[in-house]
Parts: sequence; structure tokens; C-alpha cells
Amino acid sequence: MSALVLAASRIGAEAAGPAAAAVDREARFPHEAFAALRKERLLSCFVPAALGGQGCSLEELSEICTALGQHCTNTAMIFAMHQIQVACLVRHSGQSAALAQALRDLCERQLLVASATTETGIGGDVRTSSCAVERRGERFALTKSAPVISYAEHCDAILVTARRAPESAPSDQVAVLVRKSDCTLERISTWDTLGMRGTCSLGFKLTAEGPLEHVLPVPYAEISAQTMLPVAHLVWSSLWLGLATSAVHRARAFVRGEARKKPGTTVPGALRLAEVMATLQTMRASVHDAVRAYAERYERPDELSTIAFTLRMNNLKVSCTQLAVQLVHQALLVCGLSGYRNDSPFSLNRHLRDSFGAVLMISNDRILHANANFLQVYKDD
Amino acid sequence: MTDPHAVTDQIRAILKEHAHLTMDVTALGDDADLYLAGMTSHASVSLMLALENQFNVEFPDRMLRRQSFESVAAIRRCLAELLVSDG
Repeated sequence: MSALVLAASRIGAEAAGPAAAAVDREARFPHEAFAALRKERLLSCFVPAALGGQGCSLEELSEICTALGQHCTNTAMIFAMHQIQVACLVRHSGQSAALAQALRDLCERQLLVASATTETGIGGDVRTSSCAVERRGERFALTKSAPVISYAEHCDAILVTARRAPESAPSDQVAVLVRKSDCTLERISTWDTLGMRGTCSLGFKLTAEGPLEHVLPVPYAEISAQTMLPVAHLVWSSLWLGLATSAVHRARAFVRGEARKKPGTTVPGALRLAEVMATLQTMRASVHDAVRAYAERYERPDELSTIAFTLRMNNLKVSCTQLAVQLVHQALLVCGLSGYRNDSPFSLNRHLRDSFGAVLMISNDRILHANANFLQVYKDD
Repeated sequence: MTDPHAVTDQIRAILKEHAHLTMDVTALGDDADLYLAGMTSHASVSLMLALENQFNVEFPDRMLRRQSFESVAAIRRCLAELLVSDG
């Protein structure tokens, strides 16, 4: 196991895990985990060494998300979303000296980057924008009403999507790196949810100004297809695998404990646990297969802009989120009342509540609609 | 042997009806970026279906990528490949 993944496991066990209940209860940012992540320089793990990062592989990135997801879903989700933005900056900054410097700053100061892709009045369709970048000499101005910007009040910069210019079509979008110091955030909605409470996903009206060089030089359509969507689906699925693994771990520990009390008798949940293990293996294989598929194509952008690859990454997200919900539920059935109690070592309270967020963000129905559209032409030949 | 001008005219007619461009298709050159002219991923699938129907071809999966449908010229190239092989 790589040193980075081991560090993430340690942070999970020592910093993220112990604070997870409080983070959930108070719907607050997981400060403890991020202090530890920064100390180990894990926020810059995916940035190439040439810019000051650790240049970790996609496999390592996936395993780090899984490791964190086993201890605190909120920590893992914020970490994952940050890495999605980092991946976009790493791949799509072109020759921009300003963006390269931004990445160096990120590594040096362990900066945290958030994402503002959704817009009020448009819903979850991230490939449509209403707001537009206004160019004013060498600077840009941008105002966006975002129903959700996760951990916005705790980040150092936000990657914001908008139409290229006021006269651009709704799907002709760019991505802009907005530093916290270059914007104001006005709260427009709260975040009091069933689960994923520590992601602090409030809504904001964002008003920003900055240097034109902070507009990424590549159309957002390419950023989305080649990096944002595949990385998002990969890191999310990895963290949900972590959540499911944690729930199954508790179910296993419960069965072992019961077995020790009465050796020779069959624990009621043992058969169900056996089924659960088979399903967990499928989920794990699914994530690893997708990571490998993306890694193989990473240097071939043409391969990433195909319906075939988009379908594959969409399928990963849909199936892994459904499996996560299913596995946590099955783990509860194995643990029985012990899992249902909040004050038990086998409590699955947060696992259950967090797992339901997976199918909603982004909505699986939206993804399945997109897939259904593609399947009108896709032959799987 | 298919007349390239006739093919181009048919492509443009299909674009007008199915691609939901935010610009007038007659104002777009053969190499103009259709995505920048407003064609969404959803509309591009409608376009593909209409093209398959009109020209009685099937786009193989290797052609189902962004670049294949990014301009009138790109679409014409894909069709040329499929129509030649149809004899």
C-alpha cells in the first residue's frame, strides 16, 4: 500500500473518525481532518511533482478516498470534490503561467478548492449556464447564483462555470478559478439535511472579479468530458466504497462477536453477511475496473470524449451509489437492533443517512436519462 | 456516387431541424463549431439519429465521439466513410 494511502488511513482513524459524529451532529466542517490532511500535504497529492505536488496515480487517489470514506463520509466527500477541481486545473491549464502559479500556491499552502457548477433556475444540468463571464480589459467579472457550493465558506478558491461571454450559447461554457479574496459570497440557502451534513453545502450568490488568466483556456465541454465527470464519478464511487466497507466491517465484527458468545451455533445474520461480502467484492471490482479504464485512456483525450466512455463512467456512479445504499441496509439487517441503536459500537446511523445522499447528488435519474439518450445510438459493438 | 453538395445540403437541413442551434445554420461555415453554436449533447444524439435515418447508415461506436459531429465538414467526412463502404 502506498505511503499516501497509509497516511490517509491514519488520518481517517485518528482525526476524521473520532470527530465524525460531531461533524454530523453540528453540520460543521471537519476541521480536524483537514488540519491533518494539510499537514501530510494530501490536498496536493494529485498535482505533478514539477509543480510541488506528490504526483499520485489515479489508483492512489481512489484508494485515498476509500480510506477516508471508511471513517467520515463528509471528510471524504470534501476531499474528493477538491481533487476533482485539482484534476481539472492540472490537465486544462494549458500554457497559462498564472494557473501554473495557482497550482504551485495550492501545493505550498495546501489550499482547498470548491466547485460552483449548478445555477439557480437551471437545476442539476451542469452543461447549461445562464450567468456569463464579462471581460473588462485584462480582468473578468462574474456573478452567479449557485443553489449549492459545498464548503464554500471554508475553501481558498472556487472553480466556477459560466457562459464564455454574454452573447454565448447556454452550453458554450468556461471554467474560472475564483480566489476567495476575489469574491464575495452571500448566503441564499441553508444546509440542514438527512446526511452528508458536514459538507456545508449552502447556496450562495457569488460576485467575483479577477485576472482574465484565471479563466481556464479550454472549453468547459472538454474539461467536463475529459476530467470533471470521470474523476467525479471515480472519487465519489471510491468514497461510497469506503462507506460500504465500513458498514460491512461493523456487520462482520457483530457476527464474530455473537459467534464467540455461542460457539457451534449459527449466528442469525451469518448467511446474510456471506451474501453481503459477495456484493461488496462486486462493488470493489467495479471501482477498480473503472479506475483502470480511465487510467488507460488518460493521455488520449479522443478516447475520453466518446459515448462509450461517458456511459461507462455514468454506469459506475449509478451502480456504486445503489450498491452503497443496499450494502448499508443489509449490514443493518445483520446487526439487527445493535445496528439500529445510536449508542452501540455497531450503530449504522450515519452510514444509513449518508448513503442516501449518494443517489441524489448528482441525481441518478438525471444520469440515467442521459444514458437512455445515448443508448438510442450506442451499439456496444 | 453521392453528390457532396447534395449531402452537405441535407446535413444542413437536418441540423436546422434537430440540432437546436442558437444561430442560423446558413450563417455557419462548413468548419464552424456546432457546439459553440449551441448544440448540446442531447441535441447531438437527435442529430445522429436523424442522420442515420436520412442516409440509411449506422454510426459505429468508434464514430460516436464529440469530434465526429463538431462541424458540417466533420459530419460529411463520417458519412463519406459510411456511404463509400455501402457501395
